Amino acid sequence: MKLEIKGLTKRFGSFTANDHIDLTIEPGEIHCLLGENGAGKSTLMNMLYGLLDPTEGEILVDGQPVTFKSPSDAIAAGIGMVHQHFMLVPVFTVAENVMLGREQVSVPGVLSRRKASAMVTELSERYGLRVDPGTLVEALPVGVQQRVEIIKALSNEAKVLILDEPTAVLTPQEIDELMDIMRSLKEQGTSIIFITHKLREVKAVGDRISVIRRGKVVGTAPPSTSEAELAEMMVGREVKLKVDKDPPDTGAVVMSVEGCTVVDPRGHQVVKDVSFEARAGEVLGIAGVQGNGQTELIKALLGLVKPDAGVIRLDGDDISRHGPRESLDDGIGYIPEDRSHDGYVGAFSVRENLILDIYRSDEFSTGLALKLDDIAANADARIKEFDIRTESAETPVSSLSGGNQQKVVVAREFSRPLKVLIASQPTRGVDVGSIEFIHKRIISERDKGTAVIIVSTELDEIFTLSDRIAVMYDGRIVATVSPDIAREDIGLLMAGATPDSGPASGKTEEVPA
Amino acid sequence: MAVATAISDEGAVDVRDRGDVRRQIRLVSVFGLVLLALVFFYLKIDDFGVKYTLGERVTKDDPAKDLDAQTIMIAGLVVVAVALLLAVVNKVPKGALGGLIYFLVGVAFFAGFVFWNYADQTGTFSVAIINPFPGTIRLATPLIFGALAGCLCERAGVINIAIEGQFLMGAFFASVASSLAFSAEMGLVGGIAAGVAMAALLGVFALRYQVNQVVLGVVLIALATGLTDFLLSQIPDDPDIKKYLNEPLILEKVPVSGLVDIPVIGPALFNQTILVYIMYGSVVFVTLLLFQTTWGLRVRSVGEHPKAADTVGINVNRIRWQAVLIGGVFAGLGGAFFTVGSTGTFDSNASAGNGFIALAAVIMGRWHPVGATLASLLFGFCFTLQAQLAFLDKIPGELLRASPYLVTVIAVAGFVGRVRPPAADGEPYVKS
Repeated sequence: MKLEIKGLTKRFGSFTANDHIDLTIEPGEIHCLLGENGAGKSTLMNMLYGLLDPTEGEILVDGQPVTFKSPSDAIAAGIGMVHQHFMLVPVFTVAENVMLGREQVSVPGVLSRRKASAMVTELSERYGLRVDPGTLVEALPVGVQQRVEIIKALSNEAKVLILDEPTAVLTPQEIDELMDIMRSLKEQGTSIIFITHKLREVKAVGDRISVIRRGKVVGTAPPSTSEAELAEMMVGREVKLKVDKDPPDTGAVVMSVEGCTVVDPRGHQVVKDVSFEARAGEVLGIAGVQGNGQTELIKALLGLVKPDAGVIRLDGDDISRHGPRESLDDGIGYIPEDRSHDGYVGAFSVRENLILDIYRSDEFSTGLALKLDDIAANADARIKEFDIRTESAETPVSSLSGGNQQKVVVAREFSRPLKVLIASQPTRGVDVGSIEFIHKRIISERDKGTAVIIVSTELDEIFTLSDRIAVMYDGRIVATVSPDIAREDIGLLMAGATPDSGPASGKTEEVPA
Repeated sequence: MAVATAISDEGAVDVRDRGDVRRQIRLVSVFGLVLLALVFFYLKIDDFGVKYTLGERVTKDDPAKDLDAQTIMIAGLVVVAVALLLAVVNKVPKGALGGLIYFLVGVAFFAGFVFWNYADQTGTFSVAIINPFPGTIRLATPLIFGALAGCLCERAGVINIAIEGQFLMGAFFASVASSLAFSAEMGLVGGIAAGVAMAALLGVFALRYQVNQVVLGVVLIALATGLTDFLLSQIPDDPDIKKYLNEPLILEKVPVSGLVDIPVIGPALFNQTILVYIMYGSVVFVTLLLFQTTWGLRVRSVGEHPKAADTVGINVNRIRWQAVLIGGVFAGLGGAFFTVGSTGTFDSNASAGNGFIALAAVIMGRWHPVGATLASLLFGFCFTLQAQLAFLDKIPGELLRASPYLVTVIAVAGFVGRVRPPAADGEPYVKS
């Protein structure tokens, strides 16, 4: 099946998300769609999948113009989509999720779970996607959930499969597996649209690469194009893919964690006996696939949850029982992984968000009253210093771009003296320009003698920033390694191989704590 | 980011989690209190002679028999003491066996409580303990209908606070329809029509205009209360006119021959009105509908993850509409109970808060029709017990009347534990 997009345009009010996009997907090719966050990739795919109506332009399937009023039209036309945020019902089994919308029945209207299981088993054998049809989806690791999504699309006889940022939640090993799956799908005649912002991946698996920037296709390139060239097409200017930094000037231990254990409300131990030390002037990277206990560990460090066992010390003082207010006073800075949830108040102005953590200080308040002039002056200074692109200091933060929202959070956290900076996914959903800037600020904070802890699921970010890398898997720190470890080896550690049992043994370098 | 954690229990550290500590504290204090209460009852009773009957009332053919309350109470004390001991050493099992222990402790408490009430009677007539099950089933019937309506709506992601409003309207129009047609069965049809009409209002505002569903529910109850009172006041006292509007025929008991002779439960289950038999069928029907049919799978998917449903071509709002309207059928039948199903004429506020209890049953039953039915039966049992104990003077009547509601609060707050409502319950679905 050949899919053509001609002059497809989508406007939201005065904002043009997609501007006359032309693309052709040939049968049996892997067509990569490369672009930054907010470039308009998802808008384009949502139009292809019938979730959004195009403002202008047309979609042709095998030369015939089609209109998709809803996803069922797109599915009927042979288009399947694996969404970035999985469209799976967590409390349903694999089989129930796969058949939803096109249910397997014994008599009309009555579900046949047996037939659905058989269908899942058949598909999973044909395409090599191992999964047990009877398991509840919420009990599956994300990599397997993604397989369920792919099976779901294939069960609708998809000829064109759209994969929207499929690698964001996977370990390096799972990414390799996914690429094998993509190749085998291609051999069986399925075309794939592979959306990503990771250069390495498009080069590894793509047949053709189309780059989208600010809602326009800026070019189509063969996979032999160099990473630097692709990055330049994507961003529109030359970008440095590495941050320059000096070797760390490591000082005393600032934060030490001993045997920290956290039990979640359902009674599962999500952090198990974690110990590490963070030293002044050093970046400790915590690598790991999402959902391996990083979030809960960070919450414990910040005092948002109290550890069920273990001790957290700051400069030798036990802070395990401290709450968030005391953590702030202790000098712990925090850049949260989900800024819209934990980082700022969207309806508040930039000015107000910049003092959310320090409005109590004498600098910004007397008694019950806020010192509005001082707050305004502070905001102006921060906006300048951190290059926050906003119309004014009174603009609500929710109307800024992702990168600038993150700069507001970073500016606020960096505007008080810190002993420890904890940054969780500091550049998620941030444009490449802002990533460079935020990385530089984090390194300069390190050089001021702050202990920095970076939690990230992006290996590139871990390698760029870290002076030491702790790998978390299944709630534990499985190894602490130096950043010159090979990518594949850290990948194995993230997938649970232990340094002394896995093939990584010879190369893993244990850094003495 | 709501990504499920994929953490195993492997390599877990030997740490006692606070949830387990809280469970132990809760069990020790509850079992301890029950034991204290039982000891109190036991010591307060001077004369253990209590009479009982398996019928709903004492008749000449079925005289009251003597009961050895003392032995039963001692057995109860032993059961609760063992349970307390298990709780103290934190060895109360989880799952079905634990459920059995809670049930036995509950039974022991109820037995002690009832004996204490019936013992040492001072009046000239001695009141006998009667079979509470027929009353339980009868009083649980509207609760079960309401809870089924709630399950259907909330499984589809629409919060239905307005069950009470649906009851009131259902009760009123069941009365009117029955009076007009001189047929109790037509009353059921009137009740269904009114229940569905209220459901349609809920649908219009919740699904079409995306009004906050909790506020909407409260408003709909206010509307139903006001409207039924107004309409009631417009019915003239002239008996010639009134008989066409608010003098309904009442459903008669239809004993199922054969089954009705089973001791204790026979008269409870099989000597009831057609409405109660419809209720039995409805529980089975809704359970199968939700869990074994295509439509049910879709209903649950739009209640859990509407966007996932949308991306496979399911029309989210259409499914929600269907669920709300079908829920209206059951809520209307529940309403009809208060007129044609029991007392006949419609009085102001005929449903008397039963809609709220049905709502509690939905939550206590964890949004499952069978669970909600069991919860409704528990509440029905409390109502029956309350009605019986009102004849005795051990507990002030006012306190007694509050007891079913007290049980509701304790049940919903304390014993349900962590419940997970449908993930998208109450959230309007807007395509982005």
